[in-house]
Amino acid sequence: MKIAVCIKRVPVMDVRFTIAPDGTTINEAGLKFDVNDFDLWAVEAALQLKEKAGEGEVVIVALGPPAAEEQIRKALSMGADRAIRLDAARVPPDGVAIARALAEELRGGGYDLILFGRVAVDSSNGVVGPVVAGLLDLPCVTAVSKLDIKGDRGTAQRELEGAQEIVQFPLPAVLTIDEGLNKERLPTLKGIMAAKKKPLVVKPASLGSSLVSVRRLELPPDRVGGRIVGEGVAAVPELVRLLQTEAKVL
Amino acid sequence: MANMANALVFCETREGALRKVALEALTAARKLLDSGGGAGGGGDVHALLVGAPGISSHASRLADHGADMVLVAEHAAFAQYNPEATAALVADRTRAGGYRVLLVSSSAQGRDLAPRVAAKLACAIATDATSVTLESDAIIVSHPINTGKIIATLALEGTPAVVALRPGAVPPREQPRPVQMQHIEPVGDPSAARVVVAELKQGSRTQLDLGEAPVIVSGGRGLKAADNFRLVEELASAFGNAAVGATRAVTDDGWRPHSDQIGQTGRVVSPDLYIAVGISGAIQHLAGMRTSKTIVAINRDRDAPIFKVADYGIVGDALEIVPALTAAVRAARGSH
Repeated sequence: MKIAVCIKRVPVMDVRFTIAPDGTTINEAGLKFDVNDFDLWAVEAALQLKEKAGEGEVVIVALGPPAAEEQIRKALSMGADRAIRLDAARVPPDGVAIARALAEELRGGGYDLILFGRVAVDSSNGVVGPVVAGLLDLPCVTAVSKLDIKGDRGTAQRELEGAQEIVQFPLPAVLTIDEGLNKERLPTLKGIMAAKKKPLVVKPASLGSSLVSVRRLELPPDRVGGRIVGEGVAAVPELVRLLQTEAKVL
Repeated sequence: MANMANALVFCETREGALRKVALEALTAARKLLDSGGGAGGGGDVHALLVGAPGISSHASRLADHGADMVLVAEHAAFAQYNPEATAALVADRTRAGGYRVLLVSSSAQGRDLAPRVAAKLACAIATDATSVTLESDAIIVSHPINTGKIIATLALEGTPAVVALRPGAVPPREQPRPVQMQHIEPVGDPSAARVVVAELKQGSRTQLDLGEAPVIVSGGRGLKAADNFRLVEELASAFGNAAVGATRAVTDDGWRPHSDQIGQTGRVVSPDLYIAVGISGAIQHLAGMRTSKTIVAINRDRDAPIFKVADYGIVGDALEIVPALTAAVRAARGSH
C-alpha cells in the first residue's frame, strides 16, 4: 500500500500573535512551529494502514519554506519512509493554487491513498485536500473520523452536526482526516536517528498565480471579562438575576 | 444590466429536511448583492435545492427568505448527500448561469461540497466566512484564522467565486418574493457516483446541535468523572434550548464523543449564552467559544484563564454549584 500524506508547518497557537507592519502578514519572530494537528493524525493513519497491510510506503509531501523540513523530519521520525518538499517561500492564501502544485507532484505517483488533515489550524480553510482530489479526478471523503480499508474498497465515517455519515468509496482515493480517528505516536529516539538518513527531495512548487489575496489582518477586539459574581452556591441567585436583567439570556 | 451580478445559493438539506443554514446563506446572498454601493446592482438571488423527488416543497420557504428563483434538481440518488453528483451539478449550474458568486454554508456538508465545486471551476474559494461583501472587482470576506486570534480580510478575484458562510454568522431574515421555480436536470447519472453515503446515523432529534443551540453548557475535567456530566445535561435541559459541549481533555478521555468537542480541533460555536463548567480555559478550548455573546464560568480555581474571558464567573465546586443553578434556571423559566 502506497500512501502520500500532505502535511503543513503551522505556528503553535498558544501565543499572542502580532501583525507585521505590512498589515497582511503575521510576525514570525519568536513563534514556534509544529506539524498541523490534523496532519499528524493523517500521518498516524497512514502508518497504521501500512503496518496492517504488512508492506508499502508512506511518502510525506509538504509545500513550504526550507524551515518546513523540521516538520517533515518529525513525520519521518514517526515512521514515514521518505519525503518531498515543494519549495515555496510562503504558502499562498489560495487553496486552489496550493492544490494545483500538490496535484502536479502527486499525479502519476501510483498512490493508493492520499491523506490530508481536515483543515490547517492556521489558515482554517480545509479546501486543499478535496481540491487535489478534484484535480486528479479521484474519489474523496472529507473529515474522516473512522476508517476501514478492505482491499480496494473503503468505508469511512464523517461527523456532521448532530449525525454521522457512513461513506463508501473505491481506492485510489483522497481522504481528509478529522480528530478522533487515532492518537498520533511520539517519535522514538531510534525513529529520530533514522529520520535523519531518510530521503528528502526538494522540488520547485509550481504555484501559478493566486486568486485570493490578504487585504489585511486584524486582531479581534479583546473580550472584557473577568467579573466574578461570587463564590459557591451563594452566588447562584445573583448570577441568575444578571442573566435575566443584564445579559437578557434567560 | 451589464453590471448586474447574481448569486447562486446552494441550500442545504438533510434527509429531505431544509437546514437553517440554507436560510442564513440566502440572507447573506441578498445582503451581498445589496452591498458595496450598488456594485451588485441589486441582482437576483437564485436558490438551488438538490434532493429526492419532493424536495421542491421547500421552494416557498426559500422564496420567503429572498430567493428570486428556486432551481430544483430532484433524483432518487439525491436522497442522501451525494458529494460527486452534487458538485458536478452545482459547478455546471454556477458556470452556465454566469453567477458572480456561489454561496454555500460552512457546515460539514458545505465544507465538503464547496472545494469540490471550486476545483471544477478553477476559481477562488474562501470557507468559514463570517461576512461577505461585493466590490467592483472582488468578493471580500472576513475569515477568522489562527484559531480566531486573527481576523483576515480576503479578496477573491475572478468570476465566479465560491464562499462558504460560517453557520450562525448571518441570522436568517424573511424578505418574501413571489415563488418562482424551475426544475433542472442532474449532470450525468447521480446513481453512478463513486463516493456513496450508505447510511446517515441521526443523533437524538430532540437534542439541539451545538451549531444551532442558543445556549451551550460545556463541561471539562473539573467535573472529575464522566458520570458527573449528568449535572451538565440537567442544566442544559433546564434551559430547554441548550446543547451540551465538552473540552478536548474530556473527549480524549472518552467521557464524551469527539463530536461534542468545542475548540481548535473541534467545533467553533458562538451561542447567545455559553456556560463553562469545570473548564480551565486552555487556548485550545477558547478558540472554539470566544465569540459567544455571553460567557459564564464556574470553576474552583480563581486564577483559571476562563475567568478572563467570562462575563460572569462563580468560583467554587461545580458539583455543588451546577445543581443549584439548574434549580434556579428551572424556577426562573417556570415563572415566565
